[in-house]
Amino acid sequence: MTKKVETNENMQGKEADKQESSSPIQKKGWIRRLSDGLSHSSGTIRKHAFSLFTKRKLDESLLENLEMVLLKADFGVGNTISIIQSLRNEYNGKDVSPEKIAGTLAREVERILLPVAHPLNIANTHHPHIIFLVGVNGSGKTTTIGKLATQFRKEGKKVMLAACDTFRAGAIDQLKIWAERSGTEFIARAPGADPAGLLFDAISQARKEGMNILLVDTAGRLQNRQDLMAELQKLVRVAQKQDQTAPHDIIIVLDATTGQNALQQVEVFKKTAGVTGIIMTKLDGTAKGGILLAIADQYALPIHAIGIGEGINDLQPFTAHEFAQAIAGQREREQSQ
Amino acid sequence: MFDHLSSRLAPIFDRLKKRAVLVEKDVNEALIEIRRALLEADVALEVVQSFIDRIRHKAIGHEIIKSVTPVQQVIKLVHDELVHLLGEDAGGINLEAESPIAVMLVGLQGSGKTTTAAKLGLRLSTQDKQKILLASLDVYRPAAQEQLRVLGCEAGIETLPIVEGQLPAQIAMRAMQAAKLSGVDVVILDTAGRVHIDEPLMVEMSSVKALVNPHEILLVADALTGQDAVNIARGFDSCLGLTGVVLTRLDGDGRGGAALSMRAVTGRPIKYAGVGEKLDCLDLFRPGRVADQILGMGDIIGLVEKASQAFDAGTSEQLARKMEKGNFDLTDLSGQLEQMTKMGGIAGMLGMLPGIGKIKDQLLSSRMDDQSIKRQIAIISSMTPLERRKPDVLKASRKKRIAAGAGVRVEDVNKLLKMYYQAVDMMKAFGKGKRGKKKGTTSGLFGGGLPQIPPGLSGLSGSGGGLTDFFRSLKKKD
Repeated sequence: MTKKVETNENMQGKEADKQESSSPIQKKGWIRRLSDGLSHSSGTIRKHAFSLFTKRKLDESLLENLEMVLLKADFGVGNTISIIQSLRNEYNGKDVSPEKIAGTLAREVERILLPVAHPLNIANTHHPHIIFLVGVNGSGKTTTIGKLATQFRKEGKKVMLAACDTFRAGAIDQLKIWAERSGTEFIARAPGADPAGLLFDAISQARKEGMNILLVDTAGRLQNRQDLMAELQKLVRVAQKQDQTAPHDIIIVLDATTGQNALQQVEVFKKTAGVTGIIMTKLDGTAKGGILLAIADQYALPIHAIGIGEGINDLQPFTAHEFAQAIAGQREREQSQ
Repeated sequence: MFDHLSSRLAPIFDRLKKRAVLVEKDVNEALIEIRRALLEADVALEVVQSFIDRIRHKAIGHEIIKSVTPVQQVIKLVHDELVHLLGEDAGGINLEAESPIAVMLVGLQGSGKTTTAAKLGLRLSTQDKQKILLASLDVYRPAAQEQLRVLGCEAGIETLPIVEGQLPAQIAMRAMQAAKLSGVDVVILDTAGRVHIDEPLMVEMSSVKALVNPHEILLVADALTGQDAVNIARGFDSCLGLTGVVLTRLDGDGRGGAALSMRAVTGRPIKYAGVGEKLDCLDLFRPGRVADQILGMGDIIGLVEKASQAFDAGTSEQLARKMEKGNFDLTDLSGQLEQMTKMGGIAGMLGMLPGIGKIKDQLLSSRMDDQSIKRQIAIISSMTPLERRKPDVLKASRKKRIAAGAGVRVEDVNKLLKMYYQAVDMMKAFGKGKRGKKKGTTSGLFGGGLPQIPPGLSGLSGSGGGLTDFFRSLKKKD
């Protein structure tokens, strides 16, 4: 593995920069970061809001424009219509200020998201606490595991990573590097090995070594591949064989750039694998993650965290208030004032 | 892919068809529904708007409402606009240039660049007979270079040896030099995933571009992308100047909106589509066919192409002769079933048949999956050569043995035999020239006497309800 070292340094250099910028004032840092990411959406909303609301009266053409903004943020047709409807009911024909409309929008978003914003809580009752990360290909499972492992290590937990993605080329090496970076234990087998067998051994070993948490990386799978979904079900059964209450968390990793298909992903993974929570990645781009509203509305699954970059610290707890404020552009206003 | 959209559009057109006369209001109402259907399918809002505007303009401006078949005209308009939106056939990457040709793959993290690099390499080397070199410029994601190396090995394609500590630009230069020295035709450069607003990384990309002067810069984009598709495509295009798009995960059950948006936004053609996890799952993107699929017209050409790839003409002829003589045995049936799985299984084939979209889900959800075909093959594999040749010898105890061997129940063996005898009867009927009405169904389903389709298959499909009947017989297992 010596050949990896230099690349590692390379990457660590890159991350060190990011860490520096985010760690001293972490709370403010992540909010700004999320706002930065989301500002592309909130920016448009605000821009529209300001340009629209110089007219002062909320009429149909304003609502239509606001509808466009929400649709572009992947809110989905259904949610957009209901938000617009509630704005219409509240303000139709009345004089409104941009602050007021943005405030209402933020309130509406927060109302929907508040019940599902739950940070990932690891009770100290299971040894080890087994967490599966599942999702479609390329959603960011392995990177998210690396970030989670780092956080758990910082909390002083003993963590093991199991490389149950034996299918994708390079997945095992990738996870191994994350294990080295985060200082966690790592268990893997040869590429192409049976993930179920590996999982069984990983749980035994984690138990033997007194691990607090076992993070299981699974292969990416499209939810319409019945065979692959069956394989995932098998992994769940294998975990249950070792510990009836396992897996204690099954987290689906969703890519923020995904559109309405994210709903299907949640639906199928929930039905077949019993997903218990959500982490949304790639919110540092221009994608808005508005689909979270539809997901919160339909499935009421806890949203644990959001990924806002490639650095080891770029995973932050999800809070409805911040997310809503950022989406509605309120945060920027507070900052600029 | 696209099923969702086509299942949303079908009822809209059905409703229109019920009207004897179309007034402007009807068209407008239909357009509102089409707009919603497109938005729900993740087509970018601005693309939807202009799409709807163009149709409205044409539909109302050109007196279509007064024509004899107004609904057909509207459907045709939608179809034409879809084709317009999706663009012309791009026909893969342009190889008309001095070698080594550099092809750069760019895109967001997790869009599928590395896998696409290997798939594209395999496709260009096997189908276009090019000598390929793969090189990964991804020095950020852990093990990304290793991933490409492993994929290259799997595909039997050369990859640039990994030198730790090099910068992307250095690797790119090294790749081009290596290619020149060893007579490589196409160098495929896999780049690190990046967000299009991450300036340092985009600058890095531009400098690589300036160095190697790539012949093609392809944006690798996830077909499941939502409204952000517009920003992604614009971001990469304005910074790098794309020459085309590769859509990945077209085998997912996304609604395909990104496919419609990407081309409209960038004006660059979608050249390839990733349709599976295996390395040979990269197809040329055919816009016309996608438009047909969206409007529930099926993809007969795709089916025929798949068939011609899966079937060997020689064996087919042999088979045809066998059938005429009534010598079609269970070994042949097993071969046919295997060919069906090669053609992408039942789901794949059904997806390409016109008008079947509505019942496809029912068929699939009733567990008429490829498992049942595999089970049928397993049953035949559990027979002795004699039994396969002369199924008449199969009596209770033999059936019991076979069922145990294949891990099924005796009923399943019986069902297979029943299906087989039906097929044989039909073939005999054809052989004697008693074609009658049944032939109509067969040729109807397969677009009329396609030589590539072995008669056995079409025979099976001809049992009254066509393919569906055959599938029903598969399904009767429970």
